[in-house]
Amino acid sequence: MFRYFVRRLLQMVLTFFGATFIVYALMFANQDDPLQALAGERPLPENQRQALTELYHLNEPFIVQYGYYMQGLLTGDFGRSLTGRQIGDMMADAWPVTIKLALMAIVIGATFAVTTGVISGIRRGGPFDTSTLVFTLVLLALPIVVLAPLAQLIFGIKFQWFPATAGRDATFFQLLLPAIVLGSLVVATELRVTRASVAENLRSDYVRTARAKGLSRRRVIGVHVLRNSLIPVVTLIGVDLGGLMSGAIVTEGVFNIPGVGFNLFRGIRTEDGPLVVGFVSILTIVFLVSNLIVDLLYAALDPRIRYE
Amino acid sequence: MTDIKAEFEAVPGVDPNAPLLEVTDLHVEFRTQYGVAKAVNGANFRLAPRETLAILGESGCGKSVTAQAIMGILDSPPGFITRGEVRYRGVDVLKLPENERRRVRANQIAMIFQDALSALNPVFTVGFQLGELFRMHRGMSRADAKKRSIELLDQVKIPAAASRVNDFPHQFSGGMRQRVMIAMALALDPEVLIADEPTTALDVTVQAQIMGLLAELQQQRNMGLILITHDMGVVADVADRISVMYAGKVVEEAPVYDIYSRPAHPYAKALLESIPRLDMKGQQLSVIKGLPPALTNIPPGCPFNPRCGYARDVCRQDPPPPPYTVAADRTARCHFWEEVVSS
Amino acid sequence: MSDPSVITSSEAPNTDVPTDPGGPLKTDKPRSLAGDAWRDLRRNWIFWAASVLVLIILLMAIWPTLFTSADPRSCALSRQYDGPSGSAYFGYNFQGCDTFARTIHGARASIQIAVVATLLSGLIALVIGMSSGYFGRWVDAILSRFIDVVLGIPFLLAAIVLAKRLSADPQNNGVWAVTVTLGVLGWTTAARIMRSSVISAKNQDYVAAARMLGAGPGRLMLRHILPNSAAPFVVVLTILLGINIASEATLSFLGVGLKGNAISWGISIAEASPYVRTAAAPLVWPSVFLAVTVLAFIMLGDAIRDAFDPKLR
Ligand SMILES: Nc1ncnc2c1ncn2[C@@H]1O[C@H](COP(=O)(O)OP(=O)(O)O)[C@@H](O)[C@H]1O
Ligand code: SF4
Ligand SMILES: [Mg+2]
Repeated sequence: MFRYFVRRLLQMVLTFFGATFIVYALMFANQDDPLQALAGERPLPENQRQALTELYHLNEPFIVQYGYYMQGLLTGDFGRSLTGRQIGDMMADAWPVTIKLALMAIVIGATFAVTTGVISGIRRGGPFDTSTLVFTLVLLALPIVVLAPLAQLIFGIKFQWFPATAGRDATFFQLLLPAIVLGSLVVATELRVTRASVAENLRSDYVRTARAKGLSRRRVIGVHVLRNSLIPVVTLIGVDLGGLMSGAIVTEGVFNIPGVGFNLFRGIRTEDGPLVVGFVSILTIVFLVSNLIVDLLYAALDPRIRYE
Repeated sequence: MTDIKAEFEAVPGVDPNAPLLEVTDLHVEFRTQYGVAKAVNGANFRLAPRETLAILGESGCGKSVTAQAIMGILDSPPGFITRGEVRYRGVDVLKLPENERRRVRANQIAMIFQDALSALNPVFTVGFQLGELFRMHRGMSRADAKKRSIELLDQVKIPAAASRVNDFPHQFSGGMRQRVMIAMALALDPEVLIADEPTTALDVTVQAQIMGLLAELQQQRNMGLILITHDMGVVADVADRISVMYAGKVVEEAPVYDIYSRPAHPYAKALLESIPRLDMKGQQLSVIKGLPPALTNIPPGCPFNPRCGYARDVCRQDPPPPPYTVAADRTARCHFWEEVVSS
Repeated sequence: MSDPSVITSSEAPNTDVPTDPGGPLKTDKPRSLAGDAWRDLRRNWIFWAASVLVLIILLMAIWPTLFTSADPRSCALSRQYDGPSGSAYFGYNFQGCDTFARTIHGARASIQIAVVATLLSGLIALVIGMSSGYFGRWVDAILSRFIDVVLGIPFLLAAIVLAKRLSADPQNNGVWAVTVTLGVLGWTTAARIMRSSVISAKNQDYVAAARMLGAGPGRLMLRHILPNSAAPFVVVLTILLGINIASEATLSFLGVGLKGNAISWGISIAEASPYVRTAAAPLVWPSVFLAVTVLAFIMLGDAIRDAFDPKLR
C-alpha cells in the first residue's frame, strides 16, 4: 500500500508539473503580444499593461516566467483578474456553491447509474436492459450545451417543476435541477460500466462458489457481485470529475449559479485572460488531487492492488 | 454440535436408510443460439458414505455440468435439467423449493472447484468467506465465525491459521488456496463432497498432498466423495468405484480394481492405455484417435462409434447401447462388452 | 458529453479481439473476423439507422441548399420571433433570422471541424500509440507519461485555454482555431487503444514470424500490425467524431469557438439561450439537430464495436 501510494504520488507530481506547464505554455508561449491575447479584443490601457507585464514577469525568459507562475500557484497567490479582484478571493467565494452542486450531481448521478446498471446487468438482454441501453445512448448524445438549456426550458420554464435559476445562496431544491443536469453527464458511462461489470462478475467462478455455499441470491449479488463490480465504477469517478468541471461551466452559466464554473464562464465571455488561466490552473490541481484520492480509494477496494 | 446441525439443516422427508446420493437418468442441455448442446445424456450413479466415486472422462464430456446439476448451481439459462432425479437420502433435491434446496448446499452436499484462485472472491479475506458460512447458515456472530474459521484452516493444515485468516486469496500459494477451498466445503460438515478436478491446477507434489488431505478428511468425517478428474492416474489410489463418462453418458461404472484389470468399454480401455507408466517408458503412448463429438450433434447409435476400434454396423444405429450388466456391481454401455472384457 | 477522455473501458472496443488470431479458425480463414463482423453489422438495425442519419447529415453539410433556399444570413429585425411559416418552418429568432435555414447551414461548420479535428487526432494517436506500443521500453515510458500529463488536464479547460489562445486574432472566425484545438487535445484515448493493440499484435506468432523473416519495422507495422489494430481504432474515431461535434458546440457556446458571422449549432444555442423565455424554437431546433448528429455517430461506433466484440455475440 505504501509503495503504491508513493508511486502514485510521484506520478501525480510529474503530471502536475506537466499539466500546469502545458496550460501556461498554451496561454503565453510564442505569443507576439501575450497581454493583448489575454485581454482579447478589448483595449488595454498602458498602466494595466505594465502591471500585467510585471505580474507575469513577461520580460524574463519563458521558463523563468513559468517558475514564477508555479511559485504563485504553490504559495496560493493566483494573481488578479482584469477587474482587479484577487483570483484567490473570487475562488474562495465561488467554491461553496460549486462543491454543493458537484456533490449533489455525483450522488444523484452515481446512485442512479449504479442502481440501474446493476439491474440491467442482472437482466441482461431483457426489456429493462434494452431500454436502459437506448436511454444511455440518448444521454451520451446530449451534450451539456443541449441538456442544460433544454432542461431549464422544459422543467424550469414550461412545467415550472423546479426553479429556473438559482442564486448565490441557493437552496438544495434550487440546485436540484442543475445537479440532475450535471449528474446526467456521468450517468451513461457509469451505468454502462456497472452493467458490463455486473454481467461479467455474475459469470465468474467465485459467484458459482458463493451459490455452492448455499447463500441466498440476494447475498450473492448484493455482497459478492456488487463489491467486485464497484471497483471499475469507482475509478471512473476520477475521470468523471473532469467532465463535471467542464459541465459545471455550462450548467452554472445557464442556471446563473455564481460558482467556480460561472466565474470562468463570465471570465471567458468578458475576455478576462488572467482569471481564466488562474481558474483553469486551480481546477487542474483539484482534478489531479481528486484523481489521486480516487486511486487510493481504488486500492482500498481492490486488495490485489493494495498488496502489489 | 450434532443437535445444532440437526436443528438447522433438517431436510424434510429424508430416509436414513436410503442411499446417500443417487443420480438417475440425469439429462442436462444448454440452449444457446448455436443450438442445443446436450451436455449430460442420462448419467447414473450412486454413492455410499465413506465411499469414493471417481468420475472420469476427457475434458468437455459433461463432468462439471453433472456436478453443477447435482449442486443446483447450473447457469440457467442457458443450462436446463430436462430429465432425471438426484436423490439425497431418498429425497429428490431437484424437486425441492429453492429455499430448501439452498440449505442442502454446503450443509449436506458441498463442492470444491478446480481453480481456487478464480473460485474464491478476490476482494474478501478468506476469513470472511469462511465465516460467511457460519454466519448465514448457523446465525453465528462475526467473532464466533472467525474462531471457527481459524479452527477449520487448522484442520486443513494451513500453517499460522490465526494470522492467515485475514489474508486475501491472492496472498496464498496454489496449494494453500485449494486447502482454503476444502475448508470452505467442509465447514458445515456435509455428507457428500464433490471435488471437481481439485488438483488439476497444481504441481505434482502438491497434488499428492491435497489428495492425501482429502482422503484423510473423508475418513474422519464419513463423507461420500465424488472425485471428478480427467486423469486416470490420480484416482487409482483413492477411488473405490469409477464412472467413466463419454459425451454426457456414463459408459462404464465399476469397482476400481475391476476396471483397471479388465475394462469392459472400449473408451475406458483406451483411457487406461493412455496413462503413462514407468514400466513402459520410451514406448509410444496410446492416445485415443479423434475428438469427442460436438454436443450439439451427437452421432446416432453409440456416441463413441467414430473413434472405436470395435465398432460394427449396429453401433452406428439407434438405439444407443443400454447399460449392460457386466457383473453385479458393474455396467457398461457397449454392445460388445464381452469381447472387450476378454481381450 | 463533450469530453473525449470519457471513452472509457466499456466504451472503448475490446482491443484484444481483432488482434487475436483466434486459434485454428483464423488461420484457416484469415478474414473471418471481419467477415463475421460485417455479417453481424448487416443484420443490426442500429447500424443502418445510424448510417442513414450520418448520410443525411453529411449531405446537409455538403449541400445545404438542397434542404433550404433561404439565406441564413439575411435577417430582419422586423421578423423577430415570427412563428413558423411555409418558407421558414421553424420561425425566426431574436434577430429575425430564419431558424430552419440557420440550423441546416449550421451542419457544415460542425461537420467540417469535427471531421478534420478527428483526422488530426487520429494521426497523432497513430504516431504516438504505434511508437509507444512498437518500440516499448523508454519510448513507451516517455510517451505514456506524456499521455498521462495530457489526461491530467480536464479536457474542456485545456480546450478553452487553447482555443482562446489560437483565436486571439479578431479577424479570424475561429474555425481553424477550434479544429486545431479539438485535434490536438482529443487523441489520448485513441492513442491508448492503438498502443495496446500494437502490443498485443506484436506478440502474436505471425508477427514474430514475419520479423524473423526479416521484415523491417515499417513493413511490419503497415502490413501486419496496422490491419489488425484497425477495427478498434476506427471505432474510437467514429465516437470521437460525435464527441467533437458536441465539443465544438460547447466551445462556441462558451464564446471561445466560432465567432463573427459564422453559423453553427453551438452559436445558435448560445444566441438563443438568453431569450429562451420568449422564444423556444431557436434553441430547441439546433439542439435537436446537434443531439441527433452526435447520437448517429455514437450509435455507429457502438454498432461497429459490438460487431467486432465476440463476447457479445
Ligand atoms: N455455461 C455454459 N453454457 C453453454 N454451454 C456449456 C456451459 N457449461 C458447459 N457447457 C457445455 O457443456 C459441455 C460439458 O462441459 P463440462 O461439464 O464443463 O466438461 P468437463 O467434463 O470438462 O467438466 C461443454 O463442452 C459445453 O459445451
Ligand atoms: S457400442 Fe460399438 S462403438 Fe460403442 S463402444 Fe461398443 S463397440 Fe465401440
Ligand atoms: Mg470440468
